[in-house]
Amino acid sequence: MTSVRRRLVPYGLLAPGLIWLIVFFVIPMYYMGELSLKTGTIETGYQMSWAFSNYTDAISQYSTQFFRAFYYAGVATVLCLLIGYPLAYAIAFKAGRWKNLMLFAVVAPFFTTYLIRTIAWKTILDDSSPAVSVLKTLHLVPQDGRVLATSAAVIAGLTYNFLPFMVLPLFAALERLDRRLLEAGKDLYASATQTFLKVTLPITMPGIVAGVLLTFIPAAGDYVNATFLGGTNQAMIGNVIQSKYLVVRDYSEAAALSFTLMAIILVALIIYIKFAGTGALMGDEEEAE
Amino acid sequence: MKAWRWLRENAVMIAGILALLYMLTPIFVIALFSFNDPTGRYNFEWVGFTTQYWAHPFAITELTDALLVSIRLAFFTAIGATILGTLIAIALVRYQFFGRRAANLLIVIPMATPEVVIGASLLSFFLTLDVFKLGFQTLLIAHIMFSVSFVVIVVRSRLIGFDRRLEEAAQDLGANALTTFRKVTLPLIAPGVVSAALLSFALSIDDFVISNFNSGSTVTFPLYIFGANQRGIPVQVNVIATMLFAVTVIAMLVVIIQQRRAEKASAMRPEEIANKPAMSLPV
Repeated sequence: MTSVRRRLVPYGLLAPGLIWLIVFFVIPMYYMGELSLKTGTIETGYQMSWAFSNYTDAISQYSTQFFRAFYYAGVATVLCLLIGYPLAYAIAFKAGRWKNLMLFAVVAPFFTTYLIRTIAWKTILDDSSPAVSVLKTLHLVPQDGRVLATSAAVIAGLTYNFLPFMVLPLFAALERLDRRLLEAGKDLYASATQTFLKVTLPITMPGIVAGVLLTFIPAAGDYVNATFLGGTNQAMIGNVIQSKYLVVRDYSEAAALSFTLMAIILVALIIYIKFAGTGALMGDEEEAE
Repeated sequence: MKAWRWLRENAVMIAGILALLYMLTPIFVIALFSFNDPTGRYNFEWVGFTTQYWAHPFAITELTDALLVSIRLAFFTAIGATILGTLIAIALVRYQFFGRRAANLLIVIPMATPEVVIGASLLSFFLTLDVFKLGFQTLLIAHIMFSVSFVVIVVRSRLIGFDRRLEEAAQDLGANALTTFRKVTLPLIAPGVVSAALLSFALSIDDFVISNFNSGSTVTFPLYIFGANQRGIPVQVNVIATMLFAVTVIAMLVVIIQQRRAEKASAMRPEEIANKPAMSLPV
């Protein structure tokens, strides 16, 4: 094989897949950006008019839903971390022969459709369900109150649906942890809490960063949980984008909203990764580059 | 006092098991309500036990059709995404070339993009361009697009742990590049390729958000459920969901059991053998 041919091989291997991603991911983003600056209606067609007012209008009108999306996603991410870390820790260090079975239980929810899982929570939190009457007996929910159509229901749904995305990277990070470091901590008279805070937590930080991103990003854009478990006062930005595109068909404002969401998430992503200091989403191998 | 100590020692495990219960409760509810006998259109309240819906799981034509569309879509998505993704993974792991970082970035960004944005941008593209008719073909385009990145990640991790010397050995024995790939490389990365294909199948069959934007009048299984939500979801949806779950669980268990057996049967690690000199080398 000549060296020129050999140098072209990687490009030949990359071409089909990368062209697919460029044509159906990058270029659509461009089209969406263009659409967001046009004015018009679906009947009259759209003209390019550099209408940046689409952005200011959209953001000022739907700031509540933007704020709500990031607030719900933020709370759900924190809850996922608080629930997921002990679970990942238990699987990595305490499960012994049950490790595979517990890991299997973590991914088991993926084997039922996302929508059906969310609807199952609607059944569980329904006004007539036993779970809600228990909550009422415990006075955690007022006697005439509901659980469905509240912020708590939407956040619980988000937490539930994205928990595996938190647990899996945490587990991967914990399992790679060199146990001799924990023993060294103990030998140097660190308490269990100190060992955790000074050894385990810093070393598993890349796993935490990956888990937080994999939970927060999809949760912030989600509209399924708010649709099924929330009421009109729980609409997130995803709900607005969805209904503007598919129901109201106000395309340019919908595109502006969607572009804004993407921009906010990208900026947050860059800041977070800079702050946490790891290229977590790409896996460890990237850092070595 | 004793109980208190036990609790403290096992606190992490207890928290873990509680978390797992939280994750598994909805699955239990879905299965339970596939045996419910609701009086109205809505299957949210437990009324009574019946197996009538299990006897006729495919009685609703639209539901069965939607399921078949989803299976067909997932099948073609798995094939397309696995081929494209495996080629990219090979290029990224095996070659140093100009533009490698840009290629990496292009693969990672779709995974860091909210689904609603991917769906919206694709719809903007399809509407403006007016070349593709919204339907099965736009769904396939979208599903392959969002599955490729996951395939790359899975296959790449398999390739990184690959012993290159095996390929060199094949070439020393006179095999050409294509034969080496077919007889040595492909069988060795096969487990990674198969799991990548299964993952993209699962991603496709489960996708609702992106499909909702680009389906036109085509109805997939998740889209059927979304549409049926207003008028009441038939019990058959629970039956089919439970079936799909059971089939996947059984398949996974078979794989796990076989792996266990293979681990037991296969040769011990060198250090173990060194520690037990009395034992003969297993072949």
